[in-house]
Amino acid sequence: MPAIDTYAAGFVSALLDPERPAPAMVSGPGRKAAAKRYGVYRNNVTVSLINALAAVYPATQRITGPDFFRMMVRLHVRATPPASPLLFEYGRDFPAFIECYEHAQSMPWLADVARIERAWLDAYHAADAEPLSPQAFAVVPAERLAGIVLVPHPAARILRSRYSALAIFAANRVDRPVTSIDAGEPEDTLVTRPGLEVFARRLPPGGAPFLIHLIAGEPLGTAAAAAIDDSPDFDLAANIASMIGAGVFIAIHWGN
Amino acid sequence: MSTRSTVSAALLASAFTAALSSFAAAAPLSEAEGKAAMDAGKEKCYGVSLAGMNDCAAGPGTTCQGTSTIDFQGNAWAFVPGGTCTAIMAPGDRMGSPEPLTRDLPA
Repeated sequence: MPAIDTYAAGFVSALLDPERPAPAMVSGPGRKAAAKRYGVYRNNVTVSLINALAAVYPATQRITGPDFFRMMVRLHVRATPPASPLLFEYGRDFPAFIECYEHAQSMPWLADVARIERAWLDAYHAADAEPLSPQAFAVVPAERLAGIVLVPHPAARILRSRYSALAIFAANRVDRPVTSIDAGEPEDTLVTRPGLEVFARRLPPGGAPFLIHLIAGEPLGTAAAAAIDDSPDFDLAANIASMIGAGVFIAIHWGN
Repeated sequence: MSTRSTVSAALLASAFTAALSSFAAAAPLSEAEGKAAMDAGKEKCYGVSLAGMNDCAAGPGTTCQGTSTIDFQGNAWAFVPGGTCTAIMAPGDRMGSPEPLTRDLPA
């Protein structure tokens, strides 16, 4: 009887590769070959991982149709087995896989749609935290505002796309017909979960660099200057209001 | 040489005044209203995954649906997207759905 981890390593060796024969150590009654019995395990592993990604990436599946999606995921599953026993952690590399997948090249926006879906799930599972209230900012003296550093909410995420990834995401996360969408409009997306519900919203011009700098721990004045450099249309007051309303930050450090 | 913008304290202060005034208009929720809002959609399952996903997904009949070598045969159609992507105009006015690819068809 081999040690349990030796047995496990032998058992999994062919689970994700249907070209390989069932391990010789797997046998049926009377030491008969057990390829079909082994195939049940093979099936369960592959199907459960495909179903997991179908649940994580419903818009992506709706866009490609289930046949295309399941084929694409199957190739990804075989190339990238899970690294964690937690199923909701699986598939973080899938958007990068989509970007390189040859049959998805006609949908250059698809990987970014998948990135928003992944961010949505990560926001869903992020730690709860109480967002800053408007009053928390009201007590900061005017001359200190440029120096404050903000602590991001664990759920807050920014995604930048050269395509209309958020519009495509939003149209395909609901069970309604999709009308024509122009994919060529660049969109920046903010994903947050101030309470228990996840929100994905489009950021205005300069909003993404503003929040990315703030989330990286840079002072408010630096982040505002970077946003103005990025986009002359940057509206500081509107971006501050939406950042507070969306619950992107949970604490203020006043700096020096 | 990069021309970095700077943002004055006065500009920041007036931006905050404008931003915060947009919240003042909204009356704060009463405690009961706040609790009701929090209770809505409170069905979260931590540590597991989405509902039903941590079950063993055996698939119909636990046959070789997901695995056997026949996966790649007669499946060339599965390389062609078939969902809502035809409604999405790729940049350059290409339709989302490509021409069927011939190189993956069985001989």
